[in-house]
Amino acid sequence: MLTKRIIPCLDVKEGRVVKGIQFVELRDAGDPVELAKFYDTQGADELVFLDISASHEGRETMVDVVRQTAASLAIPFTVGGGIRTLDDMKRILRAGADKVSVNTSALERPELIKEGSDYFGAQCIVVAIDARYSEEDGTWMVYTHGGRNKTTWTAVEWAKEAVRLGAGEILLTSMNQDGEKSGFDVKLTKAVRDAVTVPVIASGGAGNAEHFREVLQDVDTDAALAASIFHYKETSVAEVKSYLRDKGVCVR
Amino acid sequence: MKIGVIDYGMGNLFSVEQALKRLGVEVLVTADQQQLAAADAVVLPGVGAFPDAMKRLEETKLVDFIYAQKEANKPLLGICLGMQLLFEHSVEVAPTKGLGIFTGTIERFNGVSRIPHMGWNDVALQNEPQWLQNATLPEARHVYFVHSFYATNIDEQQLVAYADYEGVRVPGIVSNGSFTGMQFHPEKSGELGVALLQSWLEGVKRTC
Repeated sequence: MLTKRIIPCLDVKEGRVVKGIQFVELRDAGDPVELAKFYDTQGADELVFLDISASHEGRETMVDVVRQTAASLAIPFTVGGGIRTLDDMKRILRAGADKVSVNTSALERPELIKEGSDYFGAQCIVVAIDARYSEEDGTWMVYTHGGRNKTTWTAVEWAKEAVRLGAGEILLTSMNQDGEKSGFDVKLTKAVRDAVTVPVIASGGAGNAEHFREVLQDVDTDAALAASIFHYKETSVAEVKSYLRDKGVCVR
Repeated sequence: MKIGVIDYGMGNLFSVEQALKRLGVEVLVTADQQQLAAADAVVLPGVGAFPDAMKRLEETKLVDFIYAQKEANKPLLGICLGMQLLFEHSVEVAPTKGLGIFTGTIERFNGVSRIPHMGWNDVALQNEPQWLQNATLPEARHVYFVHSFYATNIDEQQLVAYADYEGVRVPGIVSNGSFTGMQFHPEKSGELGVALLQSWLEGVKRTC
């Protein structure tokens, strides 16, 4: 039986992890490769690297990070952040990443999804969606530029369009819940999950193991992503998986 | 021991190369037939679409090389699309003839809730090819799959291991003589993936 996936997310800036793991015996907690290995031993099913570098040099450094990670890790990983062209995708995937994630660039030019999907196959292309509930619109709207700019897309319609263009997976972040640690946005996740036929990764709001159970079991989403609760050791991937197993969720 | 990874321009070869190197073998990534023929075994990787991949193999005359490899009873491991190419036929994009080394056709998943079949699924062993005999595998039975098409109408004798995806029986490992196919990515499948690659390499060692 296909298992539900737990995915830690690492923010990488100029080749270094920001918000690195606290209180862990790592030689260098800012080294993305060291942290990737740590999460692998914890039982992480996949990893996401989000490149938040501001400079060209930082992006070049990310290619080295990808190469080193692929050389030492035997689990899949996705790279997002700053991927604007098919050439950007090629650079990251050829360095050994399994998938690339696009967000703002895909909203600015949706054909990017199709170009990537035609070239590498849908399974390589993740479309990340940042959504916030809008009272005015009565639904979740999509935002770009890390949540700064509101678009005219609803989360559900954009997810459907992304899949039509060739997205193989949707990484759905609730901006309302992000950082709140009060649980994933169950309604948003369900709405998007029911609207598309590709796997959906829920993101934003994880505070404890029960939150993972809720979104993976009740919503039946395919995967759940978290950053800070793993980095700050509020819980661990191993603890979350052990809890899920006890509750009858199929995990690796 | 030297392993040739067939480079025909389809997908990410770096992870496969690195996984093999970690197991202590010499790895050569090339499209050069002479160099591939000199290797103890070859790996046929691949991501992308079936018709593009067949076209590339034909254009580069690697089809002939693969048949010669079979004729000479030399080991080949096809991974993901590389395994699918070894079947008779695929419906991906447009109906396309495959290499026909394994019996069966490649069809799109039907009646499942999510496509691609993406993530960690457990595999059950059905037959033991030579390279798996006496192998010590870890208790973990999960491997990483990512694909929208799968092999069906297969020859049960060629099936080594399969996964269950919402009631669809998905061939995970197939074997026919010196040729092996893995639908999942052993290079991305943690401990079990490493153990399977290692067993396959030991099988190669015994034959060379």
